[in-house]
Amino acid sequence: MHNKSLTELSIALRQRQISSVELTSLFLDRITRYGAPLNCFITVTPEMALNQAREADKRLQAGDAGPLTGIPLAHKDIFCTKGVKTSSGSKMLDNFIAPYDATVVEKSQAAFMVMLGKANMDEFAMGSSNETSYYGPVKNPWDLQAVPGGSSGGSAAAVAARLTPIATGTDTGGSIRQPAALCNLTGLKPTYGLVSRYGMIAFASSLDQGGPIGHSAEDVAHLLNIIAGFDPRDSTSIDRPKEDYTLQLNQDITGLKIGLPTEYFGEGLDAEVGKVLEQALKELEKAGASLHDIHLPHTPLAVPVYYIIAPAECSSNLSRFDGVRFGHRCENPKDMIDLFKRSRGEGFGAEVKRRIMIGTYALSAGYYDAYYLKAQQIRRLITQDFKQAFHQVDVIMGPTSPTPAFNLGEKTDDPLKMYLSDIYTLSVNLAGLPGLSIPAGFVKQRPVGLQLIGNYFSEAKLLNVAHQFQQRTVWHSAIPKAYQ
Amino acid sequence: MSLHREDVEKIAHLARISLSEQDIPLYTRNLSNILALVEQMNRVDTTGITPMAHPLDATARLRPDVVTETNQREWFQQIAPQVEAGLYLVPKVIE
Repeated sequence: MHNKSLTELSIALRQRQISSVELTSLFLDRITRYGAPLNCFITVTPEMALNQAREADKRLQAGDAGPLTGIPLAHKDIFCTKGVKTSSGSKMLDNFIAPYDATVVEKSQAAFMVMLGKANMDEFAMGSSNETSYYGPVKNPWDLQAVPGGSSGGSAAAVAARLTPIATGTDTGGSIRQPAALCNLTGLKPTYGLVSRYGMIAFASSLDQGGPIGHSAEDVAHLLNIIAGFDPRDSTSIDRPKEDYTLQLNQDITGLKIGLPTEYFGEGLDAEVGKVLEQALKELEKAGASLHDIHLPHTPLAVPVYYIIAPAECSSNLSRFDGVRFGHRCENPKDMIDLFKRSRGEGFGAEVKRRIMIGTYALSAGYYDAYYLKAQQIRRLITQDFKQAFHQVDVIMGPTSPTPAFNLGEKTDDPLKMYLSDIYTLSVNLAGLPGLSIPAGFVKQRPVGLQLIGNYFSEAKLLNVAHQFQQRTVWHSAIPKAYQ
Repeated sequence: MSLHREDVEKIAHLARISLSEQDIPLYTRNLSNILALVEQMNRVDTTGITPMAHPLDATARLRPDVVTETNQREWFQQIAPQVEAGLYLVPKVIE
């Protein structure tokens, strides 16, 4: 049962082959059995889950159920959950019981999905390996020596080990797509503004976007149907008609024009990863798509631009953690400044401090134009590269990550090395476009992800192409041995 | 761009973050390296390019001026480190 797709689970629940309580118990048991060594959950909520499952069973019995009613999921611990600890992977929020639900959480509850728990993550979503979490690193179910990716590493590891059928994540510079790639999953970062950021603890507000991490494009489409949509409580939420992302899945992709940015296949890309992607692209050619070389000339600037804009926004967003209203507070502060400084000094980890300080510096008097404004200007050039490319092609494809999963501890000493592992994902956030990572094969038993980038609001098209690929390939259904 | 110890101390103060003495050299190196990476931006001529603040160039949405939220002070203050009579307590600010 733990290997079934959301569609299969939905049918099993409706046909009474299994109840939601049974299904929930089955996944809770798997979490008990496998969760601790992987360290993929910060909080497991069994009682709440079983209550929600009983509620879902009533709906199912009454014939009043939605497509995902009764199906369990895990939320990244960045989404506020009323009455449940919401830590964002930080000591700062180790004592934070959220007083309200994030819109994403509210929507999954309104669909009568069942929350199993809160997934581990890099502290405040700052990291690419899930090693900056206050709760310790998450292990990759494919190889316990390897990182699961980050920052949504707990969500990805939990789905990969079949401890939950699907999970939510957030993506500011690759935090859904990169862990999906490293754990052999399908992960979608939607267009900026499609999924509400209300109750999603802010890192860089002009880049942050929530989305699903699952086993297939079809599963991801189902969860996107639930969590996408306009929310007046998020000032950057886009007001547009609701879509059904499953409708286009089966469309033929004959004639699809795929753009391959030469900048994504050159220096820096692991040669074996390159070969895996080449095979995957051939498969899409067989399905009727054509491949075209394109250029995104400002790609190399994505890293420097991102490491100004994201820290600048983070330094502003994280100023709310002051030890006064909620979160960690230092002992015996002697004055206000001491209260702020020590609460923050003790509550934040090293990577978060680095980014707050870079952002503070970039925004400080005399430096604003040279750093922040300059970065925002190049951000427009990066976006224009994409706009031009979409005049020529329908979808852009390339690697999600330059290498398969690296080893735990391999990059923790050098922040810059870690930053460069996000080279192919950052520009998608800067432009606000949707990006999807899908399983494309393996290099030395570690998964490789293929990244699909689409024009604004082309999620249905991306999921269609991914689904067609998954109809012809078996990569996405591979399960790590220990968790079969 | 290379930072000195005093620069990092100043930035940490502006950011209201206490750093331990022994960590300052490491942060000085880390931050200098990040700023060196960021220097690459200067290779691009951006004269006349409008800075991009929002991916879809959307502007703030207006909403009707009606009450939508109720007062939940007690509920929200349950998670505060120190409160008294509905007020957040902090060290004395005014002598």
